[in-house]
Amino acid sequence: MRVKAPKVRILAALRVWQRNATVYKRTWKLNILPNFFEPFLYLLGMGLGLGAYIAEMEGLPYINFIAPGLLISSIMWGATLETTYNVFVKMNFDRIYDGILSTPINPKDLAFGELLWGATRGTIYGGAFLSILFVFGMGLHWGILFIFPLIFIIGFMFATIGLLFTSMIKEIELFNYFFTLFLTPLFLFSGIFFPMNQLPQTVQIIAWFTPLYHGVELSRGIFNQVWSVELFEHLAWMLVVTLINTTVVLRAIHKRLYS
Amino acid sequence: MGKSAAIITAKNLTKEYRSLKAVNDVSFEIQPGSCFGFLGPNGAGKTTVMRMIYCVTPLTSGLLTVNGENVIENMSAVKRGIGVVTQDDSLDYDLNVINNLLVYARYYDLTREKAVQRANELIEFFQLEDKRNENVRTLSGGMKRRLQIARALINNPSILILDEPSTGLDPQARHQVWAKCHELIEQGVTLLLTTHYMDEAEQLCDKIAVMDRGSIITEASPWDLIKSEVSPYVVEIRGEEKSRKQILAAVFDQIDFHEALSDRLLLYTPDATPLHTQIQDMNIPVKTLLSRRSSLEDVFLKLTGRELLD
Repeated sequence: MRVKAPKVRILAALRVWQRNATVYKRTWKLNILPNFFEPFLYLLGMGLGLGAYIAEMEGLPYINFIAPGLLISSIMWGATLETTYNVFVKMNFDRIYDGILSTPINPKDLAFGELLWGATRGTIYGGAFLSILFVFGMGLHWGILFIFPLIFIIGFMFATIGLLFTSMIKEIELFNYFFTLFLTPLFLFSGIFFPMNQLPQTVQIIAWFTPLYHGVELSRGIFNQVWSVELFEHLAWMLVVTLINTTVVLRAIHKRLYS
Repeated sequence: MGKSAAIITAKNLTKEYRSLKAVNDVSFEIQPGSCFGFLGPNGAGKTTVMRMIYCVTPLTSGLLTVNGENVIENMSAVKRGIGVVTQDDSLDYDLNVINNLLVYARYYDLTREKAVQRANELIEFFQLEDKRNENVRTLSGGMKRRLQIARALINNPSILILDEPSTGLDPQARHQVWAKCHELIEQGVTLLLTTHYMDEAEQLCDKIAVMDRGSIITEASPWDLIKSEVSPYVVEIRGEEKSRKQILAAVFDQIDFHEALSDRLLLYTPDATPLHTQIQDMNIPVKTLLSRRSSLEDVFLKLTGRELLD
């Protein structure tokens, strides 16, 4: 019997988001501290340490060159951690989803709620990082306002990527592949630490098809107030990919949890 | 009672997983306010039928309506009227006792005041006051089960589904759960449970469907099942095989039927006393000779076979 899956309902999804927020509220003070230390360590170690040997990168002090990209990578780590390990445990070990799905919440509502929560966690990571950059005196201009919606969009995009992987695997160990063979290369080759135009043409073409690259370019444009048409191209790329991913991942979770 | 009175109507339910038919052409009707039990060995398809009713497993074919709503077309509406206690506990271990209830209430869109009021009522009804702010992990098995039932009742459902409600509980906790179930039946809640405990089915159910290998073999009230499938009384004899054979030959045409098992002989009869006396008077040496009322267990084992299924 083939019947179309019911559409996602935002209010029902928000109930799942609320559940996660309730859990997070209990431990947020403990949870959030590392998010402030991480940028400090990166900026001190790489910006000042490595920066002592690299005078300038594309006309910027090295610490200013890497900061916008590192901000975006912190969103990536935050959002994907949530929709990979945490979702996997809730789905397969703690049986929390069995409880939720016997209420009026349907699988697609559940999945969308987790995406919103993943985006929220990404935003918390990004927000903490950004506040430290402000302390370092970076991005103190009106143009920086564009970074706020961007942080959430990037969080949502990576939440969909993480959840898509989670929907496909049955063993928690497989996340090692996702993190080591997918996210770590993204982290290293998306133009955070060195400009992409130094790399061979093929690498640049590959980079165009990866998600972090576009976020890093956008962030750097906003931080340095280089307003070009290319920024819209990067934004469009991320929106389209997020939209497609969302559709695919909602279907995948529905199939996984309604069987 | 007519068809329109049923609160759950199932017609020709079938669920296929690749080559396996987990549920095979199952039909039944459940009347509001009754307690309906699915009895069967592991893998009989009981849980799959439950999962179809609370909309987490799609049907391969058939028609299933709950409270007048189709389970495929109207999942959320169906689930709004049902409370579910799953077989493995699905409590939220990231939350404490009271928050398990309050967070659950939000899934049903209950207002905050209503949720708090209802949660307090349930905590009292299930005697969990002392554990209100405790982490769920610290609860005993019986308390966890009570909390799960409490949680399932947060939205005042007209139907409560209990998938093996007392599996893994100690005798005290089991009786507590049954007592609460009786109270709920008195309040007019329709109970739907699966079990492989005969005493549980006899204690709670008005009607029982015995399932085996994906099909309903028979459906009746517990006492009618005993009367129709076996005789009201059993005389049970243990002893040497030779003696058992001797006795069987002597009383063969006076009994309804018998079962000769590897370790004992069961004689089914409408009245145990005369048969018992007669066997005693034969003076054939046996280890034990006892008469008892037939139970659902006899029905169950007769219908689904006495050998292990898996």
